[in-house]
Amino acid sequence: MRAKTKQHMFWLAIVVGAASSFTASLVWAQAATPADPVAQYRAMFGDDNPADLWVMRGQDLWQKPRGPKNVALAKTCDLGMGVGKIKGAYAHMPRYFADTGKVQDLETRLLTCMVRDQGLDRKAILKNRFGDGDRKSDLEALSAYVVDASKGIPISLPMTHPEEKRAYAMGKAIFYYRAGTHDFSCATCHGQSGKRIRLQDLPDLANANPEAQKTYTTWPAYRVSQGEVRTMEWRLGSCFRQMRFPKLKYGSEVAIDLTMFLAKNAEGGEMAAPGLKR
Amino acid sequence: MRTLTRLVILLSALPLAAAAAAQTHKNDRNAEAFAALKASFAAHGQAGMDRLDQDKTQALCSTYAPHAPPAKLASPLQTANRDSVKYPADGKYLGDWKRGQAIAEEGKGKQYSDDPSKPSGGNCYACHQLDKQQIAYGTIGPSLYHYGKNRGRSEAMLKLTWSMVYDMKGYSLCSAMPRFGSKGILTEQQLKDVMALLFDPDSPVNK
Ligand code: HEC
Ligand code: HEC
Repeated sequence: MRAKTKQHMFWLAIVVGAASSFTASLVWAQAATPADPVAQYRAMFGDDNPADLWVMRGQDLWQKPRGPKNVALAKTCDLGMGVGKIKGAYAHMPRYFADTGKVQDLETRLLTCMVRDQGLDRKAILKNRFGDGDRKSDLEALSAYVVDASKGIPISLPMTHPEEKRAYAMGKAIFYYRAGTHDFSCATCHGQSGKRIRLQDLPDLANANPEAQKTYTTWPAYRVSQGEVRTMEWRLGSCFRQMRFPKLKYGSEVAIDLTMFLAKNAEGGEMAAPGLKR
Repeated sequence: MRTLTRLVILLSALPLAAAAAAQTHKNDRNAEAFAALKASFAAHGQAGMDRLDQDKTQALCSTYAPHAPPAKLASPLQTANRDSVKYPADGKYLGDWKRGQAIAEEGKGKQYSDDPSKPSGGNCYACHQLDKQQIAYGTIGPSLYHYGKNRGRSEAMLKLTWSMVYDMKGYSLCSAMPRFGSKGILTEQQLKDVMALLFDPDSPVNK
């Protein structure tokens, strides 16, 4: 609850600040030290991450019996480490699951467990895939809880099943696929190090390197600008929108294959999510 | 003698066959990505599924990325892109730099979340430094500060710059820069305004 109050205080500070400097807002954009919302947030509230609230809610969702079948995910859901085991699970995903015959990322795997094991309605879950204030996302809360249990664990993918190798190769091809009105591919913005768009630094995500590790290991993250925890599915959808592509379907093959490519390039990096982002 | 000829033919064909195989493999990579994309997206707002289709330039650059495509394949496409440039009907290249500044700042346009009835921005600041006062600029492209001041305003320079902003893929096939004219991102008037931002002596770019 402390984090929630802080979140509100932060926005209050921003609103008051914005109101008092409204006429000066043009000058603001040109100030010598550009406003970094994450740094501002940390300066005001220290290292607490409001994502802790999502972790707590996720723990509840994981442990309590739910759905028409009244079972707990903790008793039925296998994220690759054995039923109910979450420690390190995220650090070894995406991976192939024999029961579904598919490579899955965390979000689609959770969806499998909620729909198949708990009997929950897929459509209803997906309707709230991206939380918005009081309309909370169970997928985001559960993701926060599961990744939290991978903190400090290095990313290492099984990459033994042919489908896992295929997903990686496909993820790479998609990363370089240029299309749309602006000719963009992921590589246009994330193909090299040391570049930025406006003031946002662009990590090199095309190859295995420390930037790719730092990026991947800090997702899912609490986004200060949205006041929500977002997962990689959201991040990819948002970048595809900027690329002028149509809408990325949640849990689609492209989302999973790209995540596989990004995760592989981050191997060896220690998980530090939920992160805190702009 | 016959066997020798056959041998020679066989040997000379080998590298060709290998090259063809590599070629097919690379094309397959892109074709497979396309199939996956088709299955993974839904049309939304103004962004239809046809946005996933590639033209020849996009396909060739994707197929060889992160490397440049061979010059033999790239140069005909580059020429075609350059030939596609439409110059202003009235022969005037320069509009209003103030409107150009607003276009260069605007990042919206063509996204499924954008209003298609509103004009698109050029978002030049996302990739370029222009006005020295604007420090929130990206670095994917070179600085354009003092662009007109350094290059002058000869007819040839105006024409060259127009064609680059219209279709950079006529100069550098796999450039990161969008084709603002060829792809219909900016209108002719918007292109003139952006040109004025680059060339007008009163524009902050040249201060
Ligand atoms: C037009 C430029 C552009 C393209 C193309 C683009 N991105 Fe991004 N991406 C950005 C920007 C800018 C940010 C930082 C956004 C922010 O700070 O809120 C970002 C952020 C990210 C992040 C999170 C970085 C972090 O530090 O947390 C990931 C991961 C990512 N992009 C992946 C991709 C992938 C995969 C693609 C292709 C599907 C892609 N991007 C295409 C501009 C782009
Ligand atoms: C996504 C990034 C991007 C955007 C957006 C962009 N450019 Fe570029 N631009 C580049 C790159 C990269 C180059 C360098 C040439 C190359 O590699 O193709 C370039 C080169 C140029 C050049 C030639 C510079 C020279 O010294 O020859 C001009 C002029 C130019 N851009 C103008 C613009 C204008 C005007 C806009 C906005 C309407 C714009 N650019 C938007 C990436 C971009």
